Amino acid sequence: MNAPHLESNAPRLDPAFRRGMTTRRGALRLFGASAAALALGACGIPGQGGRGKVNQAQIDAFWKGKSRRGRLNWANWPGYMEDDRATIKAFTKETGIRVDYKEVIQEAAEWFGKVQAPLAANQSIGFDLMVVTNGIQTTKLIELGYLAPLDHRRLTRFAEHAGSRFQNPPYDPGNAFTIPYVSGVTGIAYNTKYVKDEITSIAQLFDPRYKGRVGMMSDSQELGNFGMFAIGADPEKSTPRDWENAARKLREQRDQKIVRKYYEQNYIDAVTKGDVWLTMAWSGDVYSLASDDVKFVVPREGGTLWTDLMMIPKTAANPVDALTLMDWLYDPRRNATLTEFINYVTPVPETRKFVAADAAEAKGEDRADLERLSRSPLVYPSDADLAKLRTYRVLTQQEETGYQKVFQPIVQGS
Amino acid sequence: MRGPARLKQRLTPYLLMLPAGLWLLVFFAIPLIYMASVSLMTGNLIDGWKQTWHWRNYTEGFELYGDKLARSLWYGLLATVACIVLAYPAAYWIAFKGGRHKSTWLFMLLLPFFVSFVLRTISWKLVLTDNGPVLKPLKNAGLLPDDFHVLDSGFAVVSGLTYNFLPFMVLPIYVALERMDYRVIEAAYDLYASRLAVFRRVVLPLSLPGVFAGVIMTFVPVSSDYVNAQVLGGPGNTMIGNVVQAEYFTNSNYHTASALSFTLMALLLLGIFAYARALGTKDVLEAAGR
Repeated sequence: MNAPHLESNAPRLDPAFRRGMTTRRGALRLFGASAAALALGACGIPGQGGRGKVNQAQIDAFWKGKSRRGRLNWANWPGYMEDDRATIKAFTKETGIRVDYKEVIQEAAEWFGKVQAPLAANQSIGFDLMVVTNGIQTTKLIELGYLAPLDHRRLTRFAEHAGSRFQNPPYDPGNAFTIPYVSGVTGIAYNTKYVKDEITSIAQLFDPRYKGRVGMMSDSQELGNFGMFAIGADPEKSTPRDWENAARKLREQRDQKIVRKYYEQNYIDAVTKGDVWLTMAWSGDVYSLASDDVKFVVPREGGTLWTDLMMIPKTAANPVDALTLMDWLYDPRRNATLTEFINYVTPVPETRKFVAADAAEAKGEDRADLERLSRSPLVYPSDADLAKLRTYRVLTQQEETGYQKVFQPIVQGS
Repeated sequence: MRGPARLKQRLTPYLLMLPAGLWLLVFFAIPLIYMASVSLMTGNLIDGWKQTWHWRNYTEGFELYGDKLARSLWYGLLATVACIVLAYPAAYWIAFKGGRHKSTWLFMLLLPFFVSFVLRTISWKLVLTDNGPVLKPLKNAGLLPDDFHVLDSGFAVVSGLTYNFLPFMVLPIYVALERMDYRVIEAAYDLYASRLAVFRRVVLPLSLPGVFAGVIMTFVPVSSDYVNAQVLGGPGNTMIGNVVQAEYFTNSNYHTASALSFTLMALLLLGIFAYARALGTKDVLEAAGR
């Protein structure tokens, strides 16, 4: 059973076999070379853009023959639903639609990368409803025709209860493909166990005193906006020159080793444990996910206002169920319950009176929490609050390529 | 009757090759050629890509991310050396001193790899966090400065890589040592070789093919890994795998990602061939034969 001895018994190669091998090799070589030449010269990958416009006939065609199936797969971000999933349970109880809820989205760009290939191939992504932030990726999803056009005849509660700011946005005219889940503000979160000063300014994220203790976001639009705030440019009206300047500032911050890491959603864990002391953060996360030591501020230079949008991928197996849920969430009473947990800006202003009523009924700490919530400018921002905030600049394909080239390498260390 | 029999004989090697050949063609050769083609295109997702023989994809990628390529190879080297240092004594001990329980020891070495990779890495993060169970007591005792950290550093990335690829080094070395005829070693002792001489002149040379196979099986995947740098590294520890991943999946820059992949592949092949040359081709064949 000694392996080495077997080698001596190996069959000797038949000369004819060897001759065969040379011609075989020649044939293979020829075949390989011609295949390679053919493929290398292939004309390319066709573009898929320009599908962002729909008419009523296309909407009707999509929804024709589709009916409720009693189940629904929903992809969402962490911290966007009560820990006990109370809102989903209530929805299932009222409508009989079972919801499989997964917190699988950590960053818009990363999620887009995951779903792009199957959607381009017209394959299911396993979800009937997903939540993506307005910005580069949502624009692409719309432009590439990856989303189901919404049938607004089945979204009556949206029409009735959505705040006017949340209807007909510039990135999706007429809410043809998306309606908001929540809005939120990107500001600064800091752990008061470690940071003794009050944090009020974006400049503090660039302070060498906090070397190795600052977290920034890896999303190029989030990062770019903060770079522009830092150099005093308005992101909404920014020019490629502003981008370059902002990028230089952000590189300096990185190369001075002030930045500990560029985060997706996981910054919240790092700031709670004290791996970073201050970090770019999303408003509601700090209330729903972080420990009490972590505070959130909107810096005086401004913050980014974004909206996370509910949308149905065109390959969804249960689109009617998804649409039903989207409409159901616009019921002010239901939405108030959700808002009380997630602490983000709700698109349904009428929820405020329900939150106030819940506060009046609650006791002790809960009551204080709900009262704070019903007055919080981060949940019910006034026009003055909103004036301080900026959104992402809507970018054309040409601009987007340039923008990504400026900001994306920063996160990669280049 | 001779004709058909001869034909059959001539066809047999083709038929034997067919399943593996098709497999390679469909899942390796065609995608590879396709990626080579994409690496010379220009375009974007909305407008599509066109073949423009844009060789600058390579030079631009190299200019922007050349340091990441170098870092990947450097981390690959460090992790591979660390793997050898850790794996060799372990494999040696199990092969020669493991006795009846050899398979138990091997199993214990492999046990962590039955746990999901994500879970293992997250538990690393829990344990090694700045004020966690390991670092906090050391800092309190004054043994480490307050701002010392392990996470988000090159050390953490290389450690993670070493840990995750260790079995690929242990197993080939173990196999090489285990196969060794113990009588050869006894013969060396009979000829008055010292323990060191036995190891240096008998055991080590006989186990080198195992080390060689281990190096190939760790160095190549380690250099192109992106998960460890993503989870355990900071902004200064990005590896080329992270760049390719981001360019492909988040930026949909298929051309840049393909060009970078080919550059990495070329560098790895060069490295492996240089290494094979240095060790002698015979060892490569021997290693490949195992």
